[in-house]
Amino acid sequence: MYSCSDLKKGLKLLIDGEPHVIVKYDFTKPGKGQSLYKCKLRNMITGALFDRTYRSGESFSPASLSERDMQYLYKDESGHVFMDKETYEQVILTEDTLGDDKYFLVDNMDVEILMHDELAIGISLPIFVNLRVTHSDPWVKGDTAAANNKPATVETGYTLQVPSFVDEGTLIQIDTRTGNYVTRVKE
Amino acid sequence: MEPNWQLIRKRETLEKRARIMQQIRAFFIQQQFLEIETPHRIPTNAPELHIDAVQSADWFLQTSPELCMKRLLAAGYDKLYQICRCWRDGERSKTHLPEYTMLEWYRSNYDYQQLMCDCEALLLHLLPDRQINWQGTTIDLSSPWQRITVAEAFSSFSSTSLSEALRTDEFDVIIALEIEPKLPRNQPVFLTEYPTEHASLARIKPDNPMVAERFELYIGGMELANAFSELTDPEEQKRRFTNEESQRQKAGKTPYPSPDLFLQELATLPPAAGIALGIDRLIMLLCNQSSIDEVVGFTPEQL
Repeated sequence: MYSCSDLKKGLKLLIDGEPHVIVKYDFTKPGKGQSLYKCKLRNMITGALFDRTYRSGESFSPASLSERDMQYLYKDESGHVFMDKETYEQVILTEDTLGDDKYFLVDNMDVEILMHDELAIGISLPIFVNLRVTHSDPWVKGDTAAANNKPATVETGYTLQVPSFVDEGTLIQIDTRTGNYVTRVKE
Repeated sequence: MEPNWQLIRKRETLEKRARIMQQIRAFFIQQQFLEIETPHRIPTNAPELHIDAVQSADWFLQTSPELCMKRLLAAGYDKLYQICRCWRDGERSKTHLPEYTMLEWYRSNYDYQQLMCDCEALLLHLLPDRQINWQGTTIDLSSPWQRITVAEAFSSFSSTSLSEALRTDEFDVIIALEIEPKLPRNQPVFLTEYPTEHASLARIKPDNPMVAERFELYIGGMELANAFSELTDPEEQKRRFTNEESQRQKAGKTPYPSPDLFLQELATLPPAAGIALGIDRLIMLLCNQSSIDEVVGFTPEQL
């Protein structure tokens, strides 16, 4: 069982018998009052989104999902295609199902596909992925200190803040839990 | 490996934070307050149902320095302040760190109304331009700041009445989800006169036994400080602690020993008032940062 202190973005819970994932999470606590845990949940089967606020003391069942090792192949009109490297069986996950995870997929990357009753309903990403910067404006020397960081877009279309010294074409490491820049990758 | 960019990019904010801390101390020194340090690791905290201490061997890390500060007041120290670390287990968000920096100040022969004036004076000392620009909102600091009672806030901003909210234990939910988002943001706001059951260390208002002389200061919609006129009756304080502690234990929380020395010495506490202000949130406002992570060198996740 999980308690409220386990709640965080990405945690998967069983609610009314169906697996749900927390897509947005916020903790709030008025004055000396009780802790409130504001969650936006997505039903991993139907895709339905809804908000729910939990209070300290509540408990939750983990969604029991099995995992299958697969490789990410490519994206086409039908969605993102993954393949079991032993059986060559393929599964397709749509952009809606993947949510923000779609930004961290690199061709040929090994991921774990989350299964619920033989149905692929999500993926489990490695903590760090390396992605190439495809667009970022050059930093102008003399800019104010606020320009220590600047926006950059990586090959998957994801946009994040990077240090001013990161140029277009640079391979960078990103933490998939936070979506933040970690470091440049030596090639 | 390149130098840690998450630390490099915080330099400007951390430098400003250091200057603000100096200005805060200058304000209290100018007003002839005594700066005090009290132990961070203590045998017990004041029992409060919704504040959980971090255990440290058989003692606890403080959730606030208030018990020692009030023992000093009771011993005749009349103007005290402290800037220290406090720990509250499980509190983490864009405005919460489980270990954070608190400013507390206490004054004898003072009440919560006068503390509101202290808040105005402190902020104006830090911001002589009388203005904060925070996350796209301009906050006008010209005094006096708006004062809204909890009862007024319920009738203006919530569809549930205050008495109904207290009866159904929805008080905190309505404050956090309905009232806080609707509080004015262009000016600081004092939310005042809390129901007595939500003020376990505060004095009851003499002309209205339903409410306590307590306020919360909100700036930009963010809760910044909590203050009250101190309860000085040891018997009444003991009853309230016993009640809070039994509720804590019913909720399955770690039992706290009774703070007996504090309760004994409360007998010599003169009329007094005290306030706790979250320094990290104040720095967020003054450095125009939306997340508490940006105003400290390290968050727990970065250790």
